[in-house]
Parts: sequence; structure tokens; C-alpha cells
Amino acid sequence: MASQTILQKLEILADAAKYDASCASSGTAPKNSLRGKGIGSTEGMGICHAYAPDGRCISLLKILLTNHCVFDCHYCVNRKSSNTRRARFTPQEVADLTLAFYRRNYIEGLFLSSGIVKSSNHTMEQIVEVARILREEHDFRGYIHLKTIPEADPELVHQAGLYADRVSINVELPTDAGLTRLAPDKSAAQIEGAMRHVKRDIVEAKDAKKRFRHAPRFAPAGQSTQMIVGADAASDADIVGKASRLYDSFRLRRVYYSAFSPIPDASAVLPLKRPPLIREHRLYQSDWLMRFYGYQPGEVMQATGDDGNLPLDIDPKLAWALKFRDRFPVDVNRAGREQLLRVPGLGVKAVNRILASRRHRSLRLEDVGRLTVSLAKVRPFICAADWRPLTLTDRADLRALLAPRAEQFELFAA
Amino acid sequence: MSALRNPVHETRYVVNMPEAGDFDFWREQARGLVQAGVPPERVAWAEPGGDGDLFARGEGAPAPLSAAPPVRANKRFVALAKNAILHSDPERFALLYRLLWRLQRSPRIMEDKADPEIRRIEELDKNVRRDSHKMHAFVRFRLVEDDGEGGEHYVAWFEPEHHILRANAGFFVRRFANMKWAILTPAGSLHWDGEVLSEGPPAQRSDAPGGDPMEDLWRGYYASIFNPARLKIGAMLKEMPKKYWKNMPETVLIPGLVAGAQRRESDMVAAGTLEMGERPETLAAIGAAIHACRQCPIGLLGNHAVMGEGPQDAVLMIVGEQPGDQEDLAGRPFVGPAGQLLDRHLERAGIDRGTAYVTNAVKHFKYTLRGKRRLHQSPTAKEIDICRWWVESERALVQPKLVLAMGASAARVMLGKTVSISRARGVPIALEDGSELWVTAHPSYLLRLEGAAREEQARLFDADLDAVKARLEELSA
Repeated sequence: MASQTILQKLEILADAAKYDASCASSGTAPKNSLRGKGIGSTEGMGICHAYAPDGRCISLLKILLTNHCVFDCHYCVNRKSSNTRRARFTPQEVADLTLAFYRRNYIEGLFLSSGIVKSSNHTMEQIVEVARILREEHDFRGYIHLKTIPEADPELVHQAGLYADRVSINVELPTDAGLTRLAPDKSAAQIEGAMRHVKRDIVEAKDAKKRFRHAPRFAPAGQSTQMIVGADAASDADIVGKASRLYDSFRLRRVYYSAFSPIPDASAVLPLKRPPLIREHRLYQSDWLMRFYGYQPGEVMQATGDDGNLPLDIDPKLAWALKFRDRFPVDVNRAGREQLLRVPGLGVKAVNRILASRRHRSLRLEDVGRLTVSLAKVRPFICAADWRPLTLTDRADLRALLAPRAEQFELFAA
Repeated sequence: MSALRNPVHETRYVVNMPEAGDFDFWREQARGLVQAGVPPERVAWAEPGGDGDLFARGEGAPAPLSAAPPVRANKRFVALAKNAILHSDPERFALLYRLLWRLQRSPRIMEDKADPEIRRIEELDKNVRRDSHKMHAFVRFRLVEDDGEGGEHYVAWFEPEHHILRANAGFFVRRFANMKWAILTPAGSLHWDGEVLSEGPPAQRSDAPGGDPMEDLWRGYYASIFNPARLKIGAMLKEMPKKYWKNMPETVLIPGLVAGAQRRESDMVAAGTLEMGERPETLAAIGAAIHACRQCPIGLLGNHAVMGEGPQDAVLMIVGEQPGDQEDLAGRPFVGPAGQLLDRHLERAGIDRGTAYVTNAVKHFKYTLRGKRRLHQSPTAKEIDICRWWVESERALVQPKLVLAMGASAARVMLGKTVSISRARGVPIALEDGSELWVTAHPSYLLRLEGAAREEQARLFDADLDAVKARLEELSA
């Protein structure tokens, strides 16, 4: 084992980290290295430095400190009873690798997580040590996202927040029953307790910053979490409900969904099939509806079918519109922002453009076409100066008209 | 007729741009032209160094008309124009002038998002911002060890689509303030020595270093972070078009990763998840299926699967660890020494074994050969988890109200996690289907003990059985 090279360790520990969906590096406090000794900057939007063939952005060096773990969570490739290859970095090695990649402009920073070795506190200390080396010894001013361990001493989690731009704690599964069954070593109460601590620290640090210019920052990019979809029986309605409770209770920046995917050496307790990737996509769309389109969680749940799941063939916004056809058509020349945002096919940008343009002209269908991506999708749900959908909105086969054709769907789902 | 013509409206003008993205120069010229009342159709704008418009023959900008009103341009227009002028579209200067011309008469035109020319300037702005963003993302520095002064020096070769080099110098200075670096492009170069930024002449790819040892690590990372279970080539190409690939060290891996992905996924599924199919619908079907089960190596040991036995409507289900030597030969559970001990304790507690469904956590006998003897070996957590499928199938058919799990393996097969017997025993644990689980020691554990320790454990075992008996009476009452 001692003969593992950095490359071999990197391969093992990046491979072990790839089931984490999050790679965001946006929304932190702006900083740069102009008056510093080291390198690094963050300027609002994060940057995706590469894309893998799985379509996902590579923004951060996303690795585990070690994939040794004393926990036995069934959905996790690193669980104790899995016979995957194991490796372990020292904090110094991770810091060196981060800096070497950063200097060559491969990454925005580091996203560090870890299996639990020895104890939760020991592991958390090691994670914090990596951040300390980067921030204090090298004056690194790039992005750092630390996954914190809910079972660790709150003081260590606090330390992590002082170095990191973002901290996250995974809730793992949408229901407590699922957590008990699939992650027997974790407790929902402990996870939520840790999130509550982090929220409190973030609020306090923001408050102090208002009063004292030199007050230390605490996780300026906030906290996020991740849920695994499809490993237990939770329906989309359950998941959306859980996500909205989390947003409300802990002021999370993001809830990430990760479709349970077949992992090497999977536990026999897990379902045999992976859920369709499109389900994860639909959940993200519903997340968007709540965060940017003014939908209440209850309204998103109204878009689910009898089984509590969102339809896979059409997006949740269209599903909602088809269920509540009496709310349409919406007049693009008169309707308010909230109503326009409900029109399938109109995004936030298109709605802004409509609101700005209609001060200058009475919008015709042709004008709307220039402001949106697809007129065909929008047409049944709007009125314009020269357009009324008449019976189109009420047609029984409207769903079939608007749903993407099957072969397109297959391509997308791949 | 000719006498009525205003000579200024007849003359065509040509503006030769000295630099492709020189907004200040454009602004000066455009201001003069607007003040002189020259309409857009009479101005031609020529790219620097290009042949320009062959038909655009004319004079330089005229003197402004006396008492001309000041030229108006709002913030939105200036912000868009500063970016749009960096675009490689030769029409950009003329477009900007047309918009500036229209702005003098309709100051709020920028808000009309449905106007084709507004759409176009926004598109140019968007393209330039995207190109800048991709430059921030896809520039790849390579280390040049010796820069003549003994320090580290990093050099990148990049080919932007638009004239964005100078406009993005600030980003790299702010990010890499304490590093010496250069970015070389076909249209010019930037050099930062840690204190001063300077511009250099156009460069060629061969001027930049050809590699960096760190790229092997980066490629190793790129290949490992990719999840072959989710191939989305379209999504990748949308954000990282092929035109950028040639200057990024990791992209050489893409064809291989894509080709291997489908095969790797099917390997993962075959090796990782279980393809057990549908749950068997009868106990007999389970009995038949477990003989053929090779999901873990125990099934390969040359043994026989041992099915549970007992009435299908049993209220009590007893789960042991795995068949032993004698059970394997007999094909029935709990017939060896441990089984005999169990029978004695059950009888003492007043539980009729014949009314219980008795089975094992693991269906095959796991052993190592010591000479001719087959020595019992404990199943691993992984093997227990695999066999859980069968125990759960049995439980789904028998639907017992109470399950007695004897030993750590049986407890794990019921709970999916390892629990301590001493801590879990004596209290019921609710199962998801409403039934309850009781945990106790395995009788073979008693067999391994001697003296006082054995007596103590036998007493605890009896106490557990008594509690189960009492609970059974409550449940059937």
C-alpha cells in the first residue's frame, strides 16, 4: 500500500468522489490575489474548467481525503463492507495537488470530502487541516467547499466554515425511514442538528460583518446538501416536500439530487435497477420552479401523478399547466409577471424581455417568437395582439402535441 | 432637383478602424458623424488591415454641423457596445452606428427587446461574453522551469474567437497576481511578471511549451471523475465545443472514455448490482432458486442450499446464521448440535418448533477444509447482504408477526446493519411491515462456552425465549 503513487491515489479518491453531484463554485464573496502572497480569485459566477463526457462540469478538484470508512451506508461505494480499492492522502498532498492544478488554470478550487477514519472528529480535523494549509500557509484565495461530518464536534465544523466558501452536509435520503434502512450509522436528527448549527453560524457571521469590517467570514457561499433519488421508495412529492422544508429551515443555497446509479460492489439491499436519469432532471426542474418561478411546494406536488411522481415525458411546468388549464391563456400584453412565469416555454429571461418590450409595442405572436426559444410550446397558453388559441388550450390531445417525440426523449435520456 | 440636395447627405464616408476592438476610436468617429448628420447608409466601416469594403470609397469624417445637439447614448447601449465591438463580425461597427443613430430619435429603443437590431447587438454581446468566459475556463498554463531568473514561469497558448485578449487581462492578473505568466494568441500576447502587464506581438503555437508533467495527473483526474454510467455527450459538446479541444490536455481522452463507457457500465451492472429478477411467488420456488444462486462465492463451495422449513402461516419465524456441516448433508435447518440445543431451550420455554418457520440468514454452508473436515466460517457482511434477498422473499410469503433473529448474522440480515446482540436483545424492534423483531444469541455461541459463562448465557437465552413466548401469546390473543 505504501507504494501507491500520487496518481494512483488521485485516481482512487477522485473515482470515489464522483457520485457527489455538486460542483458549484458560484455565489461566494469576491476576492482576488492582488494584495496577497498567493494565488486565487472568486468573482461571482463560478467557472467550469472542463466538461466530462457525462455532461457534468468540472469546476473544482473534487476528491476524498480517504475512502476508508467505518460507516456502512448501503448506497455508498466506500462503505465498510464494500471491497473497493482504498487510498489515503495526507492533508499536505491534497493542498499541493490543489495548488498545482490551480496554477495551471485547471480548477476553481477544492471540494473536499472524506470517508470516516478512526473517528468523526479525527476526520474533520484532517479536512480542516487541508483548508488551513491552503489558506494560511499559501494564502490561497480560490474556492473551497468542505463537506462536513454531522457527527463531528461543532467547534471543528465551525473551523471549517471559517476557511471554506461553502460547507455542506448530506441529508442522503428523502425520508427518515430510508436513512435508517440504508444508512444505519447516520441519524436524521444529528444531520439536521448540524445544519442548524451551520445556519446559525452563517447568520451570526453576516450580522457581525455588518457591524465590524474585519469580522471573519463564515462560509460566504452558504450551505448546501444532497439527496439520493431512487434508492428508496420516496416519491417525487416526498422529495419536493423534503427539499422545500430544508430550504425553509436551513436557508440552503442548493439541494442537489443524485440519481442513485449502479455503483461497483453495490449492496444487496438496494434496488436492482437505477432510476431513469430523467427523473433527476425533472426534480431539478421542480427545484427551479420553487426557487425562481414562484411555485409553492404544494403546487409542484399538484403536478405529480397518482403515484406521487412527476411525469417523465414532460417537464413539471407543462404538467402543471395541463392540469390547470383554466388559468390559461395568459395575455402577453397585459398579464403580470407571476402569470407569465407560469406559461410553459417562457423562462425568466423571456418574461423580462416581454415586460420590457410591451411598453413599446403591442406584442404580436411574431414578436413573442423573437423573445422565446420555442413558439410552438408557448402558443397554446398565450394571447397576443394577433393571436388567440381558441380551442387549442382545451384540446384533449394537447399533451400529446406538446410532449417531445419518443425518439427525441430517448436521445435525451441517454 | 440637384440644387435641393444637401451635399452632406450625398457623400459617402469610410472609417478605417486602427484596431479591431477599439471602442474609444469608434466612439469619437461615430460622435462626429452623428453630429454632422450623416445617416448610417452613407458610412462604411473598415476592419484594420483588411481590404475593407471595395465599394466604400469616400472621405473621412466630416466636421460637425454648427449648433449640433450633443450625441446621446444611454448606459445600456454603451455597456453592450463595448463588448459587441470585440466581436469578429465585420458588420459590428455599422450595426452600432445604426443603433446610435436611432437612439438620437428614440432614446428608449434599447428596451425594445423584440427589435431585430437590438436582438443582434445583444447577441454579439452574448457571444463575446461567452468567448471571454470560455477563455477564463479553457486557458491551460504550462510550466516553463527556467525563465532565466530561476523562478517558475507559466505559459499558455489560446485561440479566442473574438478580439477579447486585452479585455480579459484583468481577470488573469487578479487571479494569478503572484505568478509569472504569459498568454499567447494568434492576435497578440499578454505577459505578467508579477508586477507589470505588457502586451506582445502575435504568436504561434510553437512559441508555447508542448507539455507539462502535471498534465498526466490532470488527465488521471479527468478520467476518474467521469461517471461512465451517465453518458451525455451532447451536454458536454454544448459547453465545451470541439474547437477548444486542441489546446486542452485532457480532451485526448474523450474518444476512449466514450467508447469504453457503455461497456464499463454493463460490466459495473454485472459485477455490482444483483440481477435476481422477480421475487419468487412460492416457498417452493425460493427453494429451487437458492440452489442455483451464485451471487456470492459461498454457492461455489460444492455444498447444498438449505431452505427454511415450517408452516407457511407461521406466526413465529426463527432465523439462524447459516447451515452447518450436518444441515448441509441433511438439507434441513437446525439438525446439528446447535439445532439440538435450540430444540431443548424451545421446549423449556414452551415454544413448539413445529409451529415456527425456521430458516437461516445465509443459505449455503461456508467452510474451509482442514484435512477431511469442513470447518465453519462466518459469512461476511457482503454475503449476508446478498442473501438478504432470499430471507426477505421468505418473510414476504410467510408474513410472521414475530421474527426471532439468533446471532449477529441473523440480526444483520433483518436490519441491514450490524448490531450488538447484548445491546439489542430483550426489546422488540419494529420492522417496516408492522411485525416485530427480537434479537438473541445463536445457540452455537452457547456451545462454544464453558462453565459459568455458559450458564450465564444460557440463562439470558432462556430469558429471551420466555419474553418471545409471552409476546407470542399476546399477539395471538
